[in-house]
Amino acid sequence: MSDATRAEMCVAACAEAFRGDGEILASAMGVIPMLGARLARATFARDLLISDGEATLLDEDGVAEGWIPFRTVFDTLWAGRRHVMMGASQIDRFGNQNIACIGDWQKPKAQLLGVRGAPGNTINHATSYWVPNHSPRVFVDRVDFVSGIGWDRGAAEIRVVVSNLGVFDFDTPDNAMRLRWFHPDVTVEEIAAATGFPLSVEDASETPSPGDEALRVLREVLDPSDTRDAA
Amino acid sequence: MTADDVVAEIDDGMTVGIGGWASRRKPMALVKALLRSDRKDLTIVSYGGPDVGMLCASGKARKVVYGFVSMDTIPLEPHFRIARQTAAIDAVELDEGMFQWGLYAAALRLPFLPTRAGLRSDVMAINSQLRTVISPYDDGEELVAVPAIDLDVALVHLNRADARGNTQFLGPDLYFDDLFCMAAARRFVSCERVVATDEFAAAGSIHTLRIHRGLVDGVVEAPGGARFTSCVPDYDRDENLQAEYAATAGDPDAYGRFMERYLNE
Repeated sequence: MSDATRAEMCVAACAEAFRGDGEILASAMGVIPMLGARLARATFARDLLISDGEATLLDEDGVAEGWIPFRTVFDTLWAGRRHVMMGASQIDRFGNQNIACIGDWQKPKAQLLGVRGAPGNTINHATSYWVPNHSPRVFVDRVDFVSGIGWDRGAAEIRVVVSNLGVFDFDTPDNAMRLRWFHPDVTVEEIAAATGFPLSVEDASETPSPGDEALRVLREVLDPSDTRDAA
Repeated sequence: MTADDVVAEIDDGMTVGIGGWASRRKPMALVKALLRSDRKDLTIVSYGGPDVGMLCASGKARKVVYGFVSMDTIPLEPHFRIARQTAAIDAVELDEGMFQWGLYAAALRLPFLPTRAGLRSDVMAINSQLRTVISPYDDGEELVAVPAIDLDVALVHLNRADARGNTQFLGPDLYFDDLFCMAAARRFVSCERVVATDEFAAAGSIHTLRIHRGLVDGVVEAPGGARFTSCVPDYDRDENLQAEYAATAGDPDAYGRFMERYLNE
């Protein structure tokens, strides 16, 4: 099995976020997080519930095993039985996230999606983030609008942030973000320079390889047409 | 009734709830009739898609209540973005679940419903109308009291209906169309096809008859009435037409030409 590409490292890192979650709903937004959730279920988190992005829960063979319209998603998330991996236009060191707008909310410079379910997600259940383009414009000192709340505002759990450069967790005394893993061929200095706040890097190590079996499942079963490297 | 008959029931300044979700099963035939009319100063309540974008771009909306405005495959609704970035409309931005709770409170004639969703987010900071309540029980927890979102009119589009207003959804998700109807004083449904009541059973199970005539004041037969948004299983989203619409943002002439065609198709 040849070495993992960056996209494959990111998929495996997203998968790792769901380790130990048990029989809960794994909601993943975007190609890389969705492949990550499905990879987790195919290899080490077999109880995860995953939808088709509409209203059908599909099992690992693609067979419909349940009905989960948006109303049921809301019920599930308010019950706390969900782990979501969302995007973030901005995120700060405590995991406060913004997908609403850039600039002053009253008359934004850039209107984005709106808060969507981020406030309710973050106060109710585990939340992780996927950032495809790690930069100081995304990893900011202060988000323009708190959509998803961070640790300092009483989030249920902000677990990890996976970016194209590395993986970040909040396993520090004050729940501030720290670098856990840097992807192969990425330096700690590069990550620090692309992050708009001080980042603890003492405990960082290289992102572990997904392993041959995970790569085989990803390449041959989950994503044979290779959507991951175009994502 | 016709779409124009529905618009005749809507006055300037009313609060209009629009069913569907993003660019899925939006009652566009009814929205088009509204766009052709001279109604103004409307408050639009929607899990927003191109319905919101058009009502903003055409100057019908004074205020929009939303959790997001998106066209799914085009994640950011460009006409809505312009309206927000020029402060052309008043905005009420809620968490998606708070939004549901507001409709549900209105449906149940309650002043509010409690939730944790929204607490300590900036949704609370920007909206001085939002209050919290303290649980009267021993836990003493502070919760958001989401105020009822009372609607004057609800507009939804479903797959089938009969002449008396019983309706049937055949896609995977009803979204919150039943709550829109329950929260509104007047409820209007457009549908792909009006059928005899005894035809429902062949098309889908009893569970698809979620919005019955007790929740509906008028039915409009409008084949293709969700276009260009999706109305599965009858049809998928028309991605080309949606992209064409999106490309007119910021160019009033192009938007005018597009709408001239779209409103009369």
